[in-house]
Amino acid sequence: MAKKKTEPRAEPTFGATDAPTRASLLHSMLLQRRFEERCAEAYALGKIGGFCHLYIGQEACGTGAISVLREDDYVITTYRDHGQALARGIPARAIMAELFGRSDGCARGKGGSMHLFDRNTNFLGGHGIVGGHVPIATGVGFAIKYRGTDQVILCFMGESVVNTGAFHEALNMASLWKLPVVFIIENNRYGMGTALERASSIHDIYQRGAAYDMPRAQVDGQDVLSVRASVAEAVHRARTESLPTLLEVRTYRFMGHSMSDAVSGTYRSKQELEEYMKRDPINVLRAHMEGQGEIDDAGMTKLDEEVKAIVQDAWDFADASPEPALESLWEDVLVETTT
Amino acid sequence: MSIITYRDALNHALREEMQRDDRVFLMGEEVAVYQGAYKVSKGLLQEFGEMRVVDTPITELGFAGVGVGAAMAGLRPVIEFMTWNFALLAIDQVVNAAAKMLYMSGGQYPMPMVFRGPNGAALQLSAQHSQAWESWLAHIPGLKVIAPGTPYDAKGLLKAAIRDDNPVVVLEGEMLYNTKGEVPDDDYTIPIGKAEVKREGDHCSIITHGKSVLIALQVADALAKEGIRVEVVDLRTVRPMDVDAITASVRKTNRAVVLEEGWEICGIGAQVVDYIQRHCFDDLDAPVLRVHQEDVPMPYAKNLERAAKPDVAKTVAAIKQVMYLPTA
Repeated sequence: MAKKKTEPRAEPTFGATDAPTRASLLHSMLLQRRFEERCAEAYALGKIGGFCHLYIGQEACGTGAISVLREDDYVITTYRDHGQALARGIPARAIMAELFGRSDGCARGKGGSMHLFDRNTNFLGGHGIVGGHVPIATGVGFAIKYRGTDQVILCFMGESVVNTGAFHEALNMASLWKLPVVFIIENNRYGMGTALERASSIHDIYQRGAAYDMPRAQVDGQDVLSVRASVAEAVHRARTESLPTLLEVRTYRFMGHSMSDAVSGTYRSKQELEEYMKRDPINVLRAHMEGQGEIDDAGMTKLDEEVKAIVQDAWDFADASPEPALESLWEDVLVETTT
Repeated sequence: MSIITYRDALNHALREEMQRDDRVFLMGEEVAVYQGAYKVSKGLLQEFGEMRVVDTPITELGFAGVGVGAAMAGLRPVIEFMTWNFALLAIDQVVNAAAKMLYMSGGQYPMPMVFRGPNGAALQLSAQHSQAWESWLAHIPGLKVIAPGTPYDAKGLLKAAIRDDNPVVVLEGEMLYNTKGEVPDDDYTIPIGKAEVKREGDHCSIITHGKSVLIALQVADALAKEGIRVEVVDLRTVRPMDVDAITASVRKTNRAVVLEEGWEICGIGAQVVDYIQRHCFDDLDAPVLRVHQEDVPMPYAKNLERAAKPDVAKTVAAIKQVMYLPTA
């Protein structure tokens, strides 16, 4: 953990949790896990098409980060967006219906897996061009400052983004103009099949923030409580001082890049995968809660049944939702406008 | 009504719209302290302050994306590119973000924003600074693309663009900024998507837009001396294109030449010709011809640049050809 500034924290308890908060974090992560396991099944059955990128293994990142937001804050992310969408509170039904390409989807069947959007929760989309959404996050930060409100935006990205020009352009402006943006790099070690060490000239990539004089830190992305604490501090800085932060959250994806590549064997070994899977973020939190006497095997089983029921309900809802009407093909290309 | 330059017409449009709606801001390179690379934003920093007239680093992809994000969060950005040649660095934000956001969000995120700046060749700026991008931009569903050729159209269309809830691309021109014309002093807008017949005639139509409107009017003047009555149809908007105006003119004249600054292959003229063959096949007395930049990068040397550009002589020759008249 490295920090640019060494002054003591104004408040030592950023992101502190109580038992109900921890229970809710566990619920959210388990819901995401079970939801995406069913996504893989639906993909195999042809109910989900196109590209589909699963978040399994990385749930602590989005869950911990989003848990500190207010309702009027913003979230923007990449195409690996199911977990964050659930964590932000988009109903599982609306997400599954979107994945199934149905009219009740959160983007009315126009976006699919990579483009989940929800105006109700200020979820500004999953975006499909690596790096493209990072300047957009800076723009939302600009709008917040322009209006003089104290909202913040969280911008999630994979570590491969740090080699795009868009990333640097966006961070430079966010720091230059002092905008309330928290840039969260989910470093899952591989940009598709290319290891970080084969793509980036530096490997502690939070250090990229030094180029922009931006507060920065490296965080254990398998521990949802660590993520929550670090993001809470960054959000506090954004909200109260209108300053951006760059966080590198170290995590690992337990699945392939998308649905079409082998989980291991080409660019990473089975041994490596198994090593990382020992620190499943759900088990890390569960162990912590067991230590506190907050959950036991029976409680875990009950929770699992609960989230599985939510996922089954989402599946049934999506299955029953009608395909988009053919007229909708021509809708929402442009807004009807009068000048 | 005053006689003002195209540059001042744009300036007045920006000022009036920024006075009218405090969600409107101008962002780009040199727009504030320097007063605009081409002085289009002169005086705006002094009137509106640095939060609404924002100098950016040289970072086209970045600030175009900032505009997209600001629009998503409820503002109405006007993003200035110093020229559209530099906008190629930002084209991902224009095409993949601004043009797609409404559709891929299922209608949740409109993009009320403007991308504007000079387009096409000026004088001796050579290959990288002398390109007309309208066919690239007009190709994209989700964008509107306007190309005003006169000060009157520049003000009315820019005001309409800023009030539009969709992303609007505004193609101006270095060679247009100093041209003068009559512009009303009071508030007006021109509907996007409507062409205007700039000169009536019944022998041959010239369909054109943007800076080429000035060439077309010179052609019409020159040929009038020979008794040839040319109709000049100024598209003003290239997307959505006013197909009715094109067909009405061609049905009247039965002959057409399409004039544009850009290159031939997949140009705006190719689309115009397609509309004409679909809607006016039986009205045509001759094949439609096109006048455009020669199919080469723009050269620097004066004589070569002149030879590469569409001009009055090339357009006159094309009109005589579609009228089966001897050419000089």
